[in-house]
Amino acid sequence: MAATRVVVLGAGVAGHTAASFLRKWLGSEAEVTVVSPKPDYNWIPSNIWVGVGLLQPRQVLFPLAPVYARHGIAFRQARAVALHPEGEGDATQPFVEVESTLPGEGGLRSRVPYDFLINATGPKLAFEATPGLGPEGHSFSVCTAEHAHQAAGAFEEQVQRMKRGEHKRFLVGVGHGLCTCQGAAFEYLVNLEFELRARGVRDKAEIVYLTNEYELGDFGMDGIHIRRGGYVTPSKIFTESLFAERGIEWITRAHVQGLEPGRATYEFLDGTEGEIAFDMAMLLPPFRGVGLKALDRAGVDITDRLFAPSGFMKVDADYGAKPYEAWRAADWPRTYQSPAYPNLFAAGIAFAPPHPVSKPRQSPKGTSITPAPPRTGMPSAMIGKAVAHSIVDMIGGRPGPTHTASMAEMGAACVASAGANPFTGTAASITVFPIVPDFERYPDYGRDVRRTFGEIGLAGHWIKIVLHHLFLHKARMRPLWSLIPE
Amino acid sequence: MSERKVYAPAPRVQLRDAFYATKPTAWTRYLRTSLPWQLVRFAVINLRMIRIIGLSHRGRS
Repeated sequence: MAATRVVVLGAGVAGHTAASFLRKWLGSEAEVTVVSPKPDYNWIPSNIWVGVGLLQPRQVLFPLAPVYARHGIAFRQARAVALHPEGEGDATQPFVEVESTLPGEGGLRSRVPYDFLINATGPKLAFEATPGLGPEGHSFSVCTAEHAHQAAGAFEEQVQRMKRGEHKRFLVGVGHGLCTCQGAAFEYLVNLEFELRARGVRDKAEIVYLTNEYELGDFGMDGIHIRRGGYVTPSKIFTESLFAERGIEWITRAHVQGLEPGRATYEFLDGTEGEIAFDMAMLLPPFRGVGLKALDRAGVDITDRLFAPSGFMKVDADYGAKPYEAWRAADWPRTYQSPAYPNLFAAGIAFAPPHPVSKPRQSPKGTSITPAPPRTGMPSAMIGKAVAHSIVDMIGGRPGPTHTASMAEMGAACVASAGANPFTGTAASITVFPIVPDFERYPDYGRDVRRTFGEIGLAGHWIKIVLHHLFLHKARMRPLWSLIPE
Repeated sequence: MSERKVYAPAPRVQLRDAFYATKPTAWTRYLRTSLPWQLVRFAVINLRMIRIIGLSHRGRS
């Protein structure tokens, strides 16, 4: 009997976690193949330190091929182009068409057959959604180690100019009304502020945070409520406090319309418009699906059956259009199995969320200014592991997925760096439960306030350092890697 | 098309959003980097996080 073939598209947090556990749990009768366009694994949460020059890219990257070779995982450095979940013509073997990204292979296309497939392709960084946004335009990003390294170079240049007495304005935030990942923008912002102080030029810098959040501290999760000091307090209060303490100004409810050299224009939720001049901008892009196509056996395009208009893959969520008041925690997917093909799953950012978590809002001009829901880090890894577990059980004869990882049933622990120094640094340590609010279980705040917690301090920075090394150890699949929780 | 408002920091601190934000006292700021206190918090935060991680790893249908 031929070996069962499991193919994982993507080697980010979700894909790499899934592939690692598939290899650990499946015997030699199964083949595990990872298809990723990049040769390296990137521990993305530490990119913010690359972006201010504290780390070099090599400290957050490592080559995947040797790790996979050591553990018996096949690796194809290629970009997935099209899914053929029914095979083609008379051949019913499903396959994915891939395009090589190896230097010298010039986009050579080939087919990778599969019995089970996990789409963990992550996001396409949609800089093109905002004219002038991104490293090819007039702002920087920390989404990849390379982008972060470029940002560090620009930051250093500004520091040198400030040391010569010049005053500079830094603009940090998100570059579109539908962006997610405000947490990363927040971390870069406060680390940048911390480094300017450490370099003795804080008095020469003006720092402005620009965001699509309705209130600071939304983070695409509609904010969180924390019990502290005798009150249950929204995250807006803590975030504003943190900014005010550090002399950071903020602009909320804004959709960036475009960037020109040293200038950004934006529309507010109330329909008015604004502009700001800057010397350096780090604005994160919105995310879209990577643009995978899907074709049936006859070659008919079935992309809209498998994927949402955003390009993310539809899974076992309730995608029915309904007003905000009717949103429920149960709308969120549990198994991440495609309703169209039972051997197809999506994990991490690649799955289509049923709707945002933050309240949807539009300007009078019809511009949506609502953070998209976050699904990076811990939830991505948890989803990857649950999907891997289900596939292992299905290969073993179970009729359907056996493991779940609903973001409305799981919590998350997050450490947001606010300055990197072993004695004077700080980080915000946050736990939320659940990630997606469940107002049926927790009518007051949507979350369990006994388990939703946050505080800032040096201990958080120590934890962030420990996590950096622990998760890189795990990703390298070094001894005892599987004992480290997601 | 509406006229764009050019961003400029408010000239007086009382006119800035930050004026209305809660700010930590000197004691709170001291505790954030106080080594003995932060060692205690390191243990407490880790325990809280382990609890959340444990709760979140229970997904099974």
